[in-house]
Amino acid sequence: MNENVKILIVDDELIVRESMKGWLEEDGYHVEVAETAEAALGMIGEKEFDMAFVDIKMPGIDGIELLKRLKDQYSTIDVVMMTAYASVDNAVEAMKVGAYDYLTKPFDPDYVSMMVRKIIARRQLEQENVRLKENIETALKHVHIIGESPAIKAILKQVEEVAVSDTSVLIGGESGTGKEMVARAIHYASPRRFEPLVVVSCGALPEGLVESELFGYERGAFTGAFYKKKGKFEAANGGTLFLDEIGELNAKMQVDLLRVLQEREITRIGSNKSIKVDFRVLAASNRNLKEMVEEGTFREDLFYRLNVFNIHVPPLRERVEDIPLLVEYFISMLRRQTGKQVEGITAQALNKLKQHGWPGNVRELQNAVERAFVTAKGKLITTEELAFLAPEKIPVVTSPSLSLAEIEKMHIENVLKECDYNISMGAKVLGIDRTTLYNKMKKYGIEK
Amino acid sequence: MASKSEEKIILAPVHFPKEILSRHLFETLETIFKRPVYIASPKLDLHPFFDPARDQYQSTAILKHFIKTTPRGESKICLLVKEDLFIPVLTFVFGEAHMYGQFAIVSSHRLREQFYMREENLKLLEQRLLKEIVHELGHTFGLVHCMDDRCVMHNSYTVEDTDHKNVYPCEVCFAKLDEVL
Repeated sequence: MNENVKILIVDDELIVRESMKGWLEEDGYHVEVAETAEAALGMIGEKEFDMAFVDIKMPGIDGIELLKRLKDQYSTIDVVMMTAYASVDNAVEAMKVGAYDYLTKPFDPDYVSMMVRKIIARRQLEQENVRLKENIETALKHVHIIGESPAIKAILKQVEEVAVSDTSVLIGGESGTGKEMVARAIHYASPRRFEPLVVVSCGALPEGLVESELFGYERGAFTGAFYKKKGKFEAANGGTLFLDEIGELNAKMQVDLLRVLQEREITRIGSNKSIKVDFRVLAASNRNLKEMVEEGTFREDLFYRLNVFNIHVPPLRERVEDIPLLVEYFISMLRRQTGKQVEGITAQALNKLKQHGWPGNVRELQNAVERAFVTAKGKLITTEELAFLAPEKIPVVTSPSLSLAEIEKMHIENVLKECDYNISMGAKVLGIDRTTLYNKMKKYGIEK
Repeated sequence: MASKSEEKIILAPVHFPKEILSRHLFETLETIFKRPVYIASPKLDLHPFFDPARDQYQSTAILKHFIKTTPRGESKICLLVKEDLFIPVLTFVFGEAHMYGQFAIVSSHRLREQFYMREENLKLLEQRLLKEIVHELGHTFGLVHCMDDRCVMHNSYTVEDTDHKNVYPCEVCFAKLDEVL
């Protein structure tokens, strides 16, 4: 292993070069020598060295000047300065310029040996760190937004623009369009990417627990608080806080959130000590927050603080050209996860997917592909596996001769066909509850 | 290609008490290096290599001089001296060798108990000397320092390190040595 470590010794004295080379070679290192700084620069320009032992006093370019040039041009080399005459000034200058250490000849063999091992260990850690970061970067590239439509390209451009800053971003769009993916893409492209991304689904927080979840609490702050707990704001410190479904936040929490965003500090429940927090805020909503502001259900000041930059994710039906890529991506992901050898989709099946309305957007498409993947018998997903989708889009007839009731019946039938007569999904698409849908089906005599 | 009869180990004491070199020392070296061990008395004046500022002898220069004045051959020659040795960048060395080379040098100066103000112990000195000779000769056969602190090829910075290690190489170093013997 040591033979992979390359050491250069730069000293004008032959005996120093020879003795040190011999001594370090006994440890198994690959050692080369240079008589002058000029020769050393030539060698370093051609070969890669891990560390260099450089004598300070040399004719021509001296050791300190060589150190400066190495730090300027080949900063990865660790340089240890050597001198026969101990001088604090020299040592200070060398360390200022960036020397790893400074040795006065003669050295204690144990000390030098340990120093070389320490340099190697540190370099290995640094290299490992770089490798890990590269692996993370590679992994992060999987958090990408799939699509080639102009709408998606525009979103990617916006993500790229806004990621580098610390600006708050409000992401709008229907349910299932991929707002969280956009938030993740922003976080992982930002300078905060190695810090946490904390996702808070505001709509999923139980009413009574919103405050404790966000702010955390001290032990004994309330019944059941047996231990102190950090809240989401603290957990996101240094990173990004993604507030999903922000429109569901109640009035009190809107005020509290606004205060945190303004003052950049929080106080845990049951504590009177404020804690500084530093995070970037991303928020998303499928509701029209501007309308909510006008209605008085969402604070205007909070809206403007969150809506510094706005990204709108269009529904899937407005970017049908992205469906092939999305399908391909989902299939390859499922193939990796399950090992099932489904390689793609037939042109007919893809057409069927393109013709579907996708009220549930990308999430619905993903579920449909997964369902078809599971039941697929061959290497390709066929229309047979997509039978649960309506065979084709049934045009809505809006003839003026039809009554309102007739149009309603037709529309309910169409929606139910598209949803494969799944009552819950149909009710969601129609924007009514299941009981109302059952009643209407009964009224119009609609059966599966 | 040298004949087998030329492949031998020569211990070359320079003003060095030969009585320390016991039969056991010779046999052990023969066992490890699989070749006969002889003794020779080279005419070598160490004075030119003395550094009065350090009160030590420069081992690299001694070896260089010895190489110049000794005909090349297949034997491994280990000089034995009682003087304190140094290489210019280090405070001291127990010995020095040429990697894959023909020559090595070992000093008994810091292997003696008297150096540490303790009572002389000839048996211990012989053990330490044997370990350092095996170590330096190991380098001439291309062995590098070993991580195993019980292996004779582990680097010694103190006599305690030397005392801690065995006379023999570890399995890994033995296997490497066997490849070149």
